[in-house]
Amino acid sequence: MKDTNKAEWPLWEVFIRSKAGLDHKHAGSLHAADAQMAMENARDVYTRRMEGVSIWVVESKYIHASDPEESESLYDPANDKIYRHPTFYNLPDEVKYM
Amino acid sequence: MNSNPNSEFQIPNSTLELLDFTLRLADDAVIMGHRLGEWCGHGPVLEQDIALTNTALDHLGRARSLYQYAADQVNRLPVDEKKKLFTSVAFQNLVSSGASVDEDDLACLRDCWDFRNVLLVEQPNNDWAYTIARSFFYDAFNYFFFTELVKSKNETLSSIAEKSLKEVTYHLRWSSEWVVRLGDGTDESHARILTAINDLWMYTGELFTMNETDKVMFQQGIAPDLDQIKTSWLASVRSVFSEATLTIPTGTWMQHGGKEGTHSEHLGYILADMQFMQRAYPEMEW
Amino acid sequence: MTVHSFQEHFDKLIDNEVTIEPKDWMPDDYRKTLIRQISQHAHSEVVGMLPEGNWITRAPSLRRKAVLLAKIQDEAGHGLYLYSAAETLGVSRDDLYDQLHSGKAKYSSIFNYPTLTWADMGAIGWLVDGAAIMNQVPLCRTSYGPYARAMVRVCKEESFHQRQGFEIMLTLSNGTEVQKKMAQDSFNRWWWPSLMMFGPPDADSPHTAQSVRWRIKRLTNDELRQKFIDVTVEQAKVLGLDMPDKDIKWNEERGHYDFGAINWDEFYNVVKGNGPCNKQRLETRKKAWEEGKWVRDAAMAHAEKRKTRMNKAAQAA
Repeated sequence: MKDTNKAEWPLWEVFIRSKAGLDHKHAGSLHAADAQMAMENARDVYTRRMEGVSIWVVESKYIHASDPEESESLYDPANDKIYRHPTFYNLPDEVKYM
Repeated sequence: MNSNPNSEFQIPNSTLELLDFTLRLADDAVIMGHRLGEWCGHGPVLEQDIALTNTALDHLGRARSLYQYAADQVNRLPVDEKKKLFTSVAFQNLVSSGASVDEDDLACLRDCWDFRNVLLVEQPNNDWAYTIARSFFYDAFNYFFFTELVKSKNETLSSIAEKSLKEVTYHLRWSSEWVVRLGDGTDESHARILTAINDLWMYTGELFTMNETDKVMFQQGIAPDLDQIKTSWLASVRSVFSEATLTIPTGTWMQHGGKEGTHSEHLGYILADMQFMQRAYPEMEW
Repeated sequence: MTVHSFQEHFDKLIDNEVTIEPKDWMPDDYRKTLIRQISQHAHSEVVGMLPEGNWITRAPSLRRKAVLLAKIQDEAGHGLYLYSAAETLGVSRDDLYDQLHSGKAKYSSIFNYPTLTWADMGAIGWLVDGAAIMNQVPLCRTSYGPYARAMVRVCKEESFHQRQGFEIMLTLSNGTEVQKKMAQDSFNRWWWPSLMMFGPPDADSPHTAQSVRWRIKRLTNDELRQKFIDVTVEQAKVLGLDMPDKDIKWNEERGHYDFGAINWDEFYNVVKGNGPCNKQRLETRKKAWEEGKWVRDAAMAHAEKRKTRMNKAAQAA
């Protein structure tokens, strides 16, 4: 790394709630010197077309991501638990709205 | 326009003052937007390039609303009165042709002495510190000014102020933070912002002088008392400067003239750019 | 897993059109090619701001000025999205800038041509953005997740760019004689460089096959170029402009327009740095970056000071 890179602003991840009642969703990343600036940059970069009503920013280094190599042990065991889904259960036709 | 040439047209009281006032706000906005637009593609970092352009677009949008309102006012005048307004040959020709005036005519067919913007906004970008200091002084003024203008008896101005207030609240937040960052950043940034505020300070007085137009507008309940705004403005500047480890410049000599059309040399170059197309290729649709 | 089985797994994902994500294993070449392609694209967006930026202060109306500003701002945004996508591959934006400024990295050679009249704002939107969209829409389904997602955003925002360019051209061609002349002159100057935007002919583009296999490229240079020509000829008719290429002719058999020879000698020279504006563009970018250094440093210094003060306050409490 060259000396010029020392001052690079940290990377932030931006999450945006597109309208009231919805979850915040990952919108993208940006660079900012501090949280306040990250918030404003997120506003200026990611909500120019009325994309949001609420913003979360978090410095990228604080995100912990699962390891794709472990995905079999993490996610496959859910495959056979179909009893967690409502369609697993048979109800007589007379029973409506359940 | 004026179908009966024999009718004695009486310009209602304060019509010209209202036009002068509207145009000043429009000119301030368009020149500031122009200056900030010059940064587009040249900012210190992409994120701030985008931020500055957002602000430039806000100023430009406000300028358009105000010019449209000013054009309405101009178009209500009889031809003879219109001709007295602005001197450029292009404007005289347009009015003589009987065509109505629009936002672009007002932005592009008036010469420097017809422009009413304050001197502050036409000062060059120089560096990021100058740009920030200029924005901060202007944003802080706009914040208090538009807060009051919302209460204007003039409905058009009041509604423009209402929309603008939301925008300038954000502008002020943004530029205040940058003043603090530069003031309380590195030695170099501190020195640069200090130079900028010292150099630009003499252009801040004009924001608050009550000229004839301001007095009439205030008496009619259309515009606020600028003296009062000055008090709030100073308090706000002082508080941001204190956080930024800066002090208010001691200079008391203030430059004036913009509101009456006596500008710095810079405006001529801005207009040469801004008006080039309309002057070289007059009366065309773009 | 061994490297061999990693590779097999990767190939399977690619073949099954599954998206590759940053933490997935990927071959070095895939990573390198992606970094090169994404950063070239990002550089093109950022350098591409300059030729249009020339006209911000001279736009002929306030409406056009607002549109132009918003469009160039979008380009900054697109550069930013793309740099971010490249960063997920383990390279920093500053490093990518260094590559651009040192001349090591390339950007689209079209931006080394000058913008001489207002009509160029129309021609760039219509032709250059038109060509870019042809290239970009298929990339919304590219194999690398962050790149694909960036492209979705880019394409969504780009949709107004070509339209505003076409609208400028339409206004000019419906305007006075001098305006029509301005439009035609601009069309003549931008047509050939636009065709070159798709890159050299497939025969001279050795990496195409690998990139297509990796779904980094979805259509070949020649396929995209032909597609662009076919739609643009029709649009030029609407504008009432003459095609700058006298050899343009509908070929019934192929179902495409035939076109004249492209001056590839010019293309390679512009890529090498001999275009009319190469030096100027790069100098401008370098100047902005260098003059911005003290600003970026100040912001970091301030952020650190504030953090230290907060920590001290927390300790004292």
